[in-house]
Amino acid sequence: MGSLVVLILIVAACVAAPLYANNIAHVDAFASNVQGTYTLNGVTGPVLVNSTEGLGLGVTPIGPTWNFSTYFLGADNQGRDVFARILYGGRNSLLIGFVSAVLCCMLAGLVGVVAGYFGKGVDAVLSRALDVLWAFPVYLLAICLSVVLINTTLTIGPWTLTSGSLLLPILIIGIIYVPYVARPIRGQVMSLREREFVQAAVGAGAKDSRLLRRELLPNVLPTLIVFLPLMTAINMLTESALSFLSIGVQPPDASWGTIINDGVGLLYTRPMVAIAPGIILAITAVALNLLGDGVRDALDPKARLRGSL
Amino acid sequence: MWRFAGKRALAALLVLFAISVMVFLIFFATPGADPAARIAGRNASQETLDQVRVSFGLDKPIYVQYFVMMRHLLIDRDLTSFVNRGAKVIPQIQAAVPVTLSLVIGAAVLWMILGVTMGVVATAKRGTAVDPIIMVLGVIGISLPVYWLGEVINLVTQSRLHDSIFAWVPPLGYVPMSDGLGRWALSLFWPWVTLAVLYSGIYARVLRSEMVASMNEDYIRMARAKGISESRVLIRHALRTSLIVIVSLFGLDFGALIGGAALLTEVVFGLQGIGKLTYDSLQNFDLPVILGCVLYAAFFVVLANFIVDLVYAWLDPRVRNV
Repeated sequence: MGSLVVLILIVAACVAAPLYANNIAHVDAFASNVQGTYTLNGVTGPVLVNSTEGLGLGVTPIGPTWNFSTYFLGADNQGRDVFARILYGGRNSLLIGFVSAVLCCMLAGLVGVVAGYFGKGVDAVLSRALDVLWAFPVYLLAICLSVVLINTTLTIGPWTLTSGSLLLPILIIGIIYVPYVARPIRGQVMSLREREFVQAAVGAGAKDSRLLRRELLPNVLPTLIVFLPLMTAINMLTESALSFLSIGVQPPDASWGTIINDGVGLLYTRPMVAIAPGIILAITAVALNLLGDGVRDALDPKARLRGSL
Repeated sequence: MWRFAGKRALAALLVLFAISVMVFLIFFATPGADPAARIAGRNASQETLDQVRVSFGLDKPIYVQYFVMMRHLLIDRDLTSFVNRGAKVIPQIQAAVPVTLSLVIGAAVLWMILGVTMGVVATAKRGTAVDPIIMVLGVIGISLPVYWLGEVINLVTQSRLHDSIFAWVPPLGYVPMSDGLGRWALSLFWPWVTLAVLYSGIYARVLRSEMVASMNEDYIRMARAKGISESRVLIRHALRTSLIVIVSLFGLDFGALIGGAALLTEVVFGLQGIGKLTYDSLQNFDLPVILGCVLYAAFFVVLANFIVDLVYAWLDPRVRNV
C-alpha cells in the first residue's frame, strides 16, 4: 500500500510541473538560460560561472541551493532549473512507461489468447514470430528501430508521425516486450481450453467469438493486470536507457533518461544533475515492482499461499 | 535425444534466418529514407551514394538485395564502414569480443554466487524479517538503472573518494589479460559489480519463488520423512530441482549479454566491447557496423537458446517428447 502512495505522490508532483515552474521557481524548464541570474537570500549571481580551472574553458552551473524557490537541485550546463526539468521529464517517463505497458499487455493478450485458443497453424505461426522477437536482444532491437525511425517523418495511412514524437518510443518499447507477456498468456489459455467450464460452453454451442470474449478473456485479465505495473517499471527503465543513449525522447523534450545524459558531462562537478533523476526513477521502479507483487497476491490467492508458506 | 537435438538445431537455424531478414527489412525497407543514404552515413557525397547503390545492388529487387547484403557480411566478409573509411566490420567485431567476454563471464560468476546465496538464505529464513529484507534488496537491484549505477560508481571511485579508499581503482578502460591477470581483474571489478547487481536481484527473486513452491512437493515431504536435516533438504533437494529454471534463465541472459546487451555497462565504463561498438556506430550512424553487430548478437542469443533447450532436455527427460 505504501508503494501506491509513493507512486501517487510522484505522479502528482510531475503533473503539477507547470505549477511549480511558473508559480514557485519562475523558470522556463526548456529555454536555454546561459546568461541568467538567480537571487538567493537577497544575493544575486549568474547561473553559469566560467570555469577557473585549467584552460578556463567550459562553464560550471550553480549547484543545489536546497531552496524550492530557486534552483532547488541546481542548473544544468544550459542554465536550466534541474528540479523543474525532472518534474517535466517525469511526465514523459511515466507517460511512455505506462502507455507502452498498456499497449504491450493488450498486444500480448491478443496474440497469447489467439495463439492459445486456435492452436495448430495459427499457434505455430504466432509462436515462431514470438521466438524471433524473443531471440533479439531487447536493447538492440530498440536501437535498430530507433536509429531508423527517430529522425524521419513517417506517414502510415492517414497518420503522420513527426520525428521526436513521443509515440515512437511508446510503440517501440511496447512492441519489444510483447513475447515476455504473450508466452505465459498463451500457456494459460491452452490449459483453460481444457477446463470443464469452457468445454461446457462449447457443448452448449457457443461460437468462437463468445468463447474468446466471455470465457477466456475474463480469466486471463487478472494475469494481464498483474503484468501491468511490472511492465511499466521495465518500460520506464528501457525508455530511460534509450533516452540516455539519445535515441529515446528527443530534445527539447525531456525525460529522466535525457536528464541523466545531460548530467554525465557535469558528473564530477555537479553530480546532482545525474544523480537526482536516477534516484527518482529507481524509487518509481521499486514502487511499481512492489505494487506488482501486491496486485499478484491480491488477485491470485494461490500465489500468496505459496509465498507465505 | 539426438532427434530432439536435430529438431531444435533446425528451428534455431530458421529463427536465425528470420532474424537476418527482419534486421534487413528494418534497415532497407522501412519507409522514411533512402537505404543508400542510411548505409553511407550522414552527409555522404553523391559519389559514395552511387558506389553504395552498385555495391549493395539497391537497384535490384529486394530479395536480391538481401542476398547481396548477406554475401558481403558472411562470405566475402568485406563489409566496410563508410564513416570510418576503410574500417572493415568483421575485424572490429573480432577485436571487441574478448572485452565483452571478460566483462560478462566475470559478472556472471559474481551474480550466480550472489543470486543463489540470496535466494537460498531467503527461503531458509522465510517467516523471519531476513526474507523480506533480502527480497526488497533484490527489487532495488532490479530497479536501479544500470547506466546510472555505473555513473554513480564512477563518481565515487574515480573522483570523490579516489584519493582515499578507492586509490586502487585504475582509470576507466579495459586492460587486456596479457598485461597481467591482476590488472585485468582490477580494471573490470566495478563493471562486474554494476552488471551483477541487476542480475543477482532477478535470480534471487526467481530462485526464492521456485524453492518456496518446491518446498510443498511430495519429494520434499518424503525427504523430511526420511529424517534428513532441514539444511540438506534445502540444498540437496529443493535447490537442486529449482536450479533447472535458473539454468535456463542463465543461458538466455548470458547469450544476450555476450551479444551486446551489456551495452550500457560498456558505454559507462569505456570498455571497447560489442555493446560499445554498437553504441559508437549508432552515434555516427554507421549502419554497416550496426548491422554486423546486431546479426552477431542474434547469433549468440539463438545459440544460447539452443544450448539451453538441450541442457533442459538433458535435465528433464519429459521435455524431449514435446
